[in-house]
Amino acid sequence: MKTTEKQMITNEQGAEQSAGASEDVIYRIEVPANRYDLLCLEGLVLGLLVFQGKLSPPRYKAVTPEKGSVQKLVLTPATQLIRPHAVAAVLRNITFSQESYKSFIDLQDKLHQNICRKRSLVAIGTHDLDTIVGPFTYDAKPPGDIKFQPLNQDKEYTATELMDLYSTHAQLKQYLHIIKDSPVYPIIYDKNGVVLSMPPIINGNHSRITLNTRNVFIECTALDLTKAKIVLDTLVCTFSQYCADKYTAECCEVVLPDGNVTRYPELAYREEVVSVQKTNRYIGISEPADKIAKLLTKMCLKSEVANSKEEVIVEVPPSRHDVIHACDIYEDVAVAFGYNNIKKTFPKTSTIGAQFPLNKLSDQLREQIAQAGFTEALTFCLCSRDDIATKLGKDIKALPAVHISNPKTLEFQVARTTLVPGLLKTLAANKNMPLPLKLFEVSDVVLLDKEAEVGARNERRVCALNCNKTPGFEIIHGLLDRLMQLLEVPRSSNKDGIGYYLKAVDDPAYFPQRCAEVVASGQVIGIMGVLHPDVITKFDLTHPVACLEINIEPFV
Amino acid sequence: MTSDVSEKVLEYVGNYGSVDTLDLAEFLHMDHQKVVGAVKSLQAAGDFLTAEQQVHKRWELTEEGMSVVDRGSHEAIVYNAVPVDGIAQSVIMQTVPNAKVGLSKAMSSGWITVTKNAGEPFVTRKVDSIKDIVREHLQLIVSKSPSEITDTQKQEYKKRKLLLEVVTKSFLLGKGKDFSTSVEKMETELTQEMIANGSWKGRNFKPYNLDSFGISPERGHLHTLLKVRDQFRQIFLEMGFSEMPTNNFIESSFWNFDALFQPQQHPARDAHDTFFISEPKLSTQFPSDYVEHVKRVHSEGGYGSQGYGYEWKIEEAQKNLLRTHTTAVSARMLYQLAQKEFYPAKYFSIDRVFRNETLDATHLAEFHQVEGLIVDRHLTLGDLIGTLYEFFRKLGITKLNFKPAYNPYTEPSMEIFCYHTGLRKWIEVGNSGIFRPEMLLPMGFPEDVNVIAWGLSLERPTMIKYGLNNIRDLVGPRVNVQMVHDNPMCRLDK
Repeated sequence: MKTTEKQMITNEQGAEQSAGASEDVIYRIEVPANRYDLLCLEGLVLGLLVFQGKLSPPRYKAVTPEKGSVQKLVLTPATQLIRPHAVAAVLRNITFSQESYKSFIDLQDKLHQNICRKRSLVAIGTHDLDTIVGPFTYDAKPPGDIKFQPLNQDKEYTATELMDLYSTHAQLKQYLHIIKDSPVYPIIYDKNGVVLSMPPIINGNHSRITLNTRNVFIECTALDLTKAKIVLDTLVCTFSQYCADKYTAECCEVVLPDGNVTRYPELAYREEVVSVQKTNRYIGISEPADKIAKLLTKMCLKSEVANSKEEVIVEVPPSRHDVIHACDIYEDVAVAFGYNNIKKTFPKTSTIGAQFPLNKLSDQLREQIAQAGFTEALTFCLCSRDDIATKLGKDIKALPAVHISNPKTLEFQVARTTLVPGLLKTLAANKNMPLPLKLFEVSDVVLLDKEAEVGARNERRVCALNCNKTPGFEIIHGLLDRLMQLLEVPRSSNKDGIGYYLKAVDDPAYFPQRCAEVVASGQVIGIMGVLHPDVITKFDLTHPVACLEINIEPFV
Repeated sequence: MTSDVSEKVLEYVGNYGSVDTLDLAEFLHMDHQKVVGAVKSLQAAGDFLTAEQQVHKRWELTEEGMSVVDRGSHEAIVYNAVPVDGIAQSVIMQTVPNAKVGLSKAMSSGWITVTKNAGEPFVTRKVDSIKDIVREHLQLIVSKSPSEITDTQKQEYKKRKLLLEVVTKSFLLGKGKDFSTSVEKMETELTQEMIANGSWKGRNFKPYNLDSFGISPERGHLHTLLKVRDQFRQIFLEMGFSEMPTNNFIESSFWNFDALFQPQQHPARDAHDTFFISEPKLSTQFPSDYVEHVKRVHSEGGYGSQGYGYEWKIEEAQKNLLRTHTTAVSARMLYQLAQKEFYPAKYFSIDRVFRNETLDATHLAEFHQVEGLIVDRHLTLGDLIGTLYEFFRKLGITKLNFKPAYNPYTEPSMEIFCYHTGLRKWIEVGNSGIFRPEMLLPMGFPEDVNVIAWGLSLERPTMIKYGLNNIRDLVGPRVNVQMVHDNPMCRLDK
């Protein structure tokens, strides 16, 4: 997106703040969350050059060094208790500049935040290979048995001391929980017992890379092997361009606890064959096979037309782990073609529209209640336990409430079991309005229900209240009578199974002898009455309130 | 209308041209207020009179001042009470009214003197005769010649509480545009009686004040956001879409994420972004075959996919949450549709979704998602674009732009931008895409069936439409009810 510093400030802080800001054009690039290859400048520049046809997509290679000199990372069985996977690679004869060095560190940070899920799934360690000697051992030891000089510290610490030291560290403290309570911590040693890293927390100071590092040893430890491979491929694909042998990485052997050996980086190329007809039909274009192959090649997916001319053979490179299905290839064709160049068509799909009956009924009732002089409120479904319990004189344990396990604040502890608190809060926020104030809401409450598939269900309710110098029970009673009239429910004079009637009841939220259950067709559908003065006070109100709340689902 | 007084007022003004109401009241021997009342009703009836407000200040004696006029000033009374040979002060104090004031005033005027005589104060005359100026001045006020006394003196008497300044307001009357000495009684309202007896004929009716506001009708109001929801529902229904049953806020992770091919380590499934439920914590009822298909496509792939290559766990899928999007319901609907012989469908919903996000002026923990989707064989990205143009045209938006985006369950994915002619800039209005085969094929759809879908928030277009900057002014208990009263109808195409 094209913008300027001035425009960005204007959008974010308003025009007054932007005076004096630069008006140089800035291109803001939003990187899709699955395009790890575009997370650093190197990847972006490569992508753009290939797109412009100034460069053909590079071919990445993993080479095996002469026999005997291949670097090994050996996993001990103990690692399976904490962080079971590891992969490794070497970048040989690399030359960093100030910028590329910074970018290399930066990319690791971004990968750590993104695909590595804040280092929990994958943690990356990069080391100056010339300061350490293989084979390397990936072990897991009790924290008290681990002692080394961590990056940027001038003395040795045990792992236990480190956890303490970093508990206040701005960046590192967020990763401590990943291993903190484990009896063993992951640790990587070289042949001589030099600590390379204690994943996923910190590297050793000894093997730190610098601007002058020529050979980089990369290790990734992980809970998720697929992601570790993607991270390793992404790092070596992007930075192997600075190696003497461009786009080439040196293999390492990872020896698993069972003795099996796997070589990394995989840098695997995969062939996908896509039908030209299907591609065109998915997008809604009609491009010939060679044009589609060209569009894909521009997107770093090197493609050629198959002999049959009806298919395109697409090579998915190790830098494009986001491509997992033909539809990902279709998307790249569409992006290269330009979304805004695709011909607009309207589907021939013929269907008849229909309203969800409960919503239809709700909307009809909303209209009627507004016509009856009540104003609609729209309040939150989430609230505090106090809102539905203490403030209404009830015990939270006795309510069929759905509880949230991870609320950030008190406002999001439970899903509401009644619409009353929301309306009372609306009253409290509108004390400047002339009385009487008549409010209503037609919305869902959520109730525990063992019969329901997920253990809870919504219930659609009408809630209305009247706030004035006197409660006006007769006003909400009148609304109930009107609603019943609209729903063709007759008044039941002998209180039998047909029609509706009121039945006196005691409820702690309501004033004694001023509360009734609404019974319709023999079923209690709600409650109405004059709210208890304690309720009024707890919601920071001063005037009497009469209130009605009924379930409308029986009337659908 | 007190026609009697009115007529007298008009008659006087007719004869003399102009008069002050105070003078007129005196002339008519009538209470001033009555005259003013008659003037007001004449003015209300038409432009008979001009009335210019006048302010009159006049001096009046207080009760004490009146007694000075009658009996002389306090100091004069004290002087007169002192015999030529003098008198004990205590006698003066006991026999003369207001002796204290009179004594000190007489002393400062140099009329008398007090000396000690055998330890007792004794008053003697200092001059042979006096002139009671205070009394003379106050007599001047009574005889309506106050100008002969200086302002300083008046202020002095005011301080002594002998004088009082009285302000009266009156009107200087003159002839108005429609001056006439005869006033016919103007009727204010047409009554049932007038219609019955025909008396309305030939009567004059008081003209209405067309510049005033009418009385606001007694009524209730629908909420601003829900008025916009009504319009969106209307649009979908016009386009042949059926409404999905979205009245289930609590959802399992399975339908909210796994069914949508959203991997179990996806950040959206983090407790930082999603509200998880502690009670009821888990869901256990899933279609078992389908669960197996979902598990396979996530962990190993299939249906032409590489999958995500991780160990899929049912425990993760069982976790209950507050749905983060209505697409969870779309997944349920699509699954049901896929169980039958294929027929095309168009679905929509507008309902609440929940995010455990950081709250700010435009983000709340719950908001309304608008979602539409079309299921048919061989739908294309061009169909999606064409549908979006038709949909947004009904909202009065004709210029659209699409940008590539990433979404775990759609591929291709497009962000929708529209050109807002009022704000004169491109704004993001929603997301769209074609559902991934990894989502549809495990449900059992034939391979050539595609689903095109789009979603947007209801709050954002509403805030733009009604010019609101803070979402709390639109949703929640802090909404100003007056705003709900005052907002216009929602006509999105206007």
